[in-house]
Amino acid sequence: MSRQFMYGTMHEKDVIYLDNAATSWPKPDSVLEEIVRFYREVGANPGRSGHRLSVEAERIRMETREALCGLLGAEDPLSVIFTANVTAAVSLVLLGYLRPGDRVVTTSMEHNAVLRPLRFLENTRDIHLTLVQAGADGGIDPEDFRKVLTGDVRLAVVNHASNVCGTILPVAEFGKIASECGIPLMVDAAQTAGCWPLDMGKDNIDILAFTGHKGLLGPTGTGGVIFGARFDPREVTPLMFGGTGSRSEKEVQPDFMPDCFESGTADIGGIAGLRAGVQWVRERGVEVIGEHERNMTRRLLDALGNIDGVRIFGPLDEQRQTATVSFTVEGMSVSEVGMRLSDEHNVMSRVGLHCAPRAHRTLGTFPEGTIRFSMGPFTTDEDIDTAAGAVARIVHEK
Amino acid sequence: MSDYAVIITHSTSHAIRAEKILLSAGLKAKMIPVPRHISSDCGTAVRIPAVQVEESKRLMDEKKAPYDRVELL
Repeated sequence: MSRQFMYGTMHEKDVIYLDNAATSWPKPDSVLEEIVRFYREVGANPGRSGHRLSVEAERIRMETREALCGLLGAEDPLSVIFTANVTAAVSLVLLGYLRPGDRVVTTSMEHNAVLRPLRFLENTRDIHLTLVQAGADGGIDPEDFRKVLTGDVRLAVVNHASNVCGTILPVAEFGKIASECGIPLMVDAAQTAGCWPLDMGKDNIDILAFTGHKGLLGPTGTGGVIFGARFDPREVTPLMFGGTGSRSEKEVQPDFMPDCFESGTADIGGIAGLRAGVQWVRERGVEVIGEHERNMTRRLLDALGNIDGVRIFGPLDEQRQTATVSFTVEGMSVSEVGMRLSDEHNVMSRVGLHCAPRAHRTLGTFPEGTIRFSMGPFTTDEDIDTAAGAVARIVHEK
Repeated sequence: MSDYAVIITHSTSHAIRAEKILLSAGLKAKMIPVPRHISSDCGTAVRIPAVQVEESKRLMDEKKAPYDRVELL
């Protein structure tokens, strides 16, 4: 039933793909069709040349900006910047905004996309980092966040949900607190855009970093950042400089959005695909997709919970997490479990530290890491049953 | 007086934004290559009826759509 509904015109697949936290797969047909249509019928470099196809390419990019604004509660499509992925967007903001001596607040659940630039700045630009420590299930009390927001903090950056165990952080409450303190809040929405409600306006999010190829169902090579109405993007020095198809008589970078952060040729074919992905999500609704994923999470938590020797990390509660479940198997290395799942059972999972060593330290799974199953809009009951059955077989046969 | 005016912007994305705002409000707007005698750094402009100049400016200002200037053709 759910397969019919969620798939639409999807093809059958025999792979049990549970690595959607890394990238979503499969993509809706409309995404693939839109990418091909772009290269067949349009193909041009947006905004550079003034010819009809170039304008059409720019139009596609503008429609994608608008679609993202509609989905994520942002007002101005010109405040949407596209980058190659969310990691590039995060580096752009952190490296471009933070100055020597700045104080930054973040959490102990962050992905290395956030922590590595911050540690680099700590080591080379004398920024002072405060990590709010999450509990053993990855959660953070808003009051613990409030305690560290002293007046001189320049930026707070948090992930909306952990890519390791799925724990959702209360970003709306963080946003309210940060707003009261006059401190900009940046949210890494890599794991939540498209499957968990987000509204930049209502949630007081000043900077939203998003990826195109996870919950938004676009192709890899897309992502970006949206600046909220209260944040002046001119406070961010661009990371890249170059041609923008604007102010071309000048040899200095333009200072207006979005051009200042979009030098060079964009992945416009990918952005066309992203537009189709965002449309697919908006047509069905984030709540509907979220509900489906919560059902999958519940089903998986119940099934894994019944296997002796399996330990699950995180909230163990589909209402408090994304469709991402991390677990270990007693007496077996995570690598061995992952390899057997992939090779013997056709179940795709991701094992290890998931580029989030700090989160694993928080959960108590460092340095070995975990096996991670992450579901998406196209995951079915059968997928969950097969995957859990595979884990049970592996445990039984060890 | 000429029948038309052009909205000059610094960037094609700004031109597209302006065009969209005007069309959504039921006004006339058309993307054109910038006329040769007018300088623009992005190559595209938005042509509007001359009688629509004031209303277009008002709408773009209201929606915070950036533009450089409006010139009669």
